[in-house]
Amino acid sequence: MPAAPLISLRDVAAGYKDSVVIRDVDLDIDTRTFTGIVGPSGAGKTTLLRLLLGSLEPSHGVIERAPGVAVSYVPQLETVNWNFPVTVTECVLMSRGGRRVPWPSRSEKAEAAAVLDRLGIGDLGHRHIRELSGGQQQRMFLARALIRRPQIMLLDEPTSGVDISTRHDVLHLLAELHDDGMGIVLTTHDLNGMAAHLPDLVCVNGRIVAHGTPEDVITPAVLEQTFGARMDVLQHLGMIVVVDSSGPGRLAG
Amino acid sequence: MEALFDPLQYGFFQRGLIVATLSGALLGFIGVYIVLRGMSYIGHGLSHAIFGGFAAMQLFAASFYVLGAGLWGIASAIAITNVARRSRLGADAAIGVITTASFALGVALFAKFGSSGPAFDNALFGSILGISNSQIVWLLLVIAFTAIVVFTRYRALLFTTFDPEVADVSGVKVGRTEALLMVVLSLSILVTLTVIGVTLVAAMLVIPAVIARMLTDSFGRMLVLSTIIGSISGLVGMYLSYYAGVPSGTMIVLVGAAAFLVVLAITGVRGMRRTIGLDSHAAPATKESIRP
Repeated sequence: MPAAPLISLRDVAAGYKDSVVIRDVDLDIDTRTFTGIVGPSGAGKTTLLRLLLGSLEPSHGVIERAPGVAVSYVPQLETVNWNFPVTVTECVLMSRGGRRVPWPSRSEKAEAAAVLDRLGIGDLGHRHIRELSGGQQQRMFLARALIRRPQIMLLDEPTSGVDISTRHDVLHLLAELHDDGMGIVLTTHDLNGMAAHLPDLVCVNGRIVAHGTPEDVITPAVLEQTFGARMDVLQHLGMIVVVDSSGPGRLAG
Repeated sequence: MEALFDPLQYGFFQRGLIVATLSGALLGFIGVYIVLRGMSYIGHGLSHAIFGGFAAMQLFAASFYVLGAGLWGIASAIAITNVARRSRLGADAAIGVITTASFALGVALFAKFGSSGPAFDNALFGSILGISNSQIVWLLLVIAFTAIVVFTRYRALLFTTFDPEVADVSGVKVGRTEALLMVVLSLSILVTLTVIGVTLVAAMLVIPAVIARMLTDSFGRMLVLSTIIGSISGLVGMYLSYYAGVPSGTMIVLVGAAAFLVVLAITGVRGMRRTIGLDSHAAPATKESIRP
């Protein structure tokens, strides 16, 4: 018998003030989840993430959480001021919580160093956050989320604004974390670079248009329903490639 | 040396010097949070808003004016925070209305019921005259309260200042932490008004913190440096005020401004670069401000 989901959404609708952004949502999240939420701007991707996070209450339906479920959140890189006067270690320890005095304990420092090491930036702990590259900044955000030892990690556009190599690294890191037993849910608008490589996708456009493997949901019909534009889906060396039909030979996303 | 010790023979100068030095330190310390949150404009508005309460309470309930003005200031601060948080667009305008209306009320009350001109000028630009021992005690109490708040809530304050959105979902009570900061800010402004003046308090919240930011990339060091710069500005400004015969607040701010120019000349582009991102005077991003 499968374990009960850690977060469960049933017939959920939500939005801001009087407008409903997303409705009719049924979704279960547990530690086996590795899901990408895809859709155009304003489709409700972030709203769905915020519902899972618990920072937005549904206007309709029910959200059930397992007692004590630990969820961490990784925002988009541009949401913070990278000129803020903190080092990488200080930033990672911010989310550690629990300590009432300003300075970190020896064990906290060791913990931060271990997490940074695991993410391949162990030698950057003393650096000012401004000195990091985009990929390193993303890893630091991941470290800040990981130090809380979450069961589920939610990421908002984790590959937005990073280069191809970093995107590749982030994807592999997330796969590793998932293999270690962490549920992963991320939003992305990058169909070819990100979504096509995930095991599970939820296509949203005001509601869940389709939910399944990339092979199931990356189809011209689903993409047209999701993005409101015609796209062709090709297979190239066993990979799914989405091409925007509106322009000759243009890759989508 | 005579110039240093001569004024100290007067009790009013001794009290003024203590209050100016401690006020500079307090405003410099709390100013770090205000500047890094991009709330310089809110600090400026708040000092004007508090003036309304200060005027009303001083005129109508002299013995309770500190309490009354404090409550007025805290109410203004919470109103400003709510307005700023709920409507990013137009927050500046809303803050402008709330704070200038409160300031105008204070001016009207002074004009209609107040005593003579000097009291009004002193409230606006600060004065070293008439500082009582009880004011020093109030100032020390607020300093102690601020130190306790920052010491016990250091990580939560740092997290909400850097990334309120993630702090909120990481178990930090962001609303409560911000309210606490605004209470500390209101009290700090209130107890420093007499010596620095309502129109100049905001400058002492901003200048030491900006200078400190130009000098360091460390948050902890920035807190220490800003406190030291604020206290030195208060001390030196007080002496200059005594010898120049001008309001104390003006000289304290001018010393701070001169220090800013010196540090700018020394640190140059590197210092300027460090201040990038301090210019947003909208409220920090919160969960309400995130939209798909």
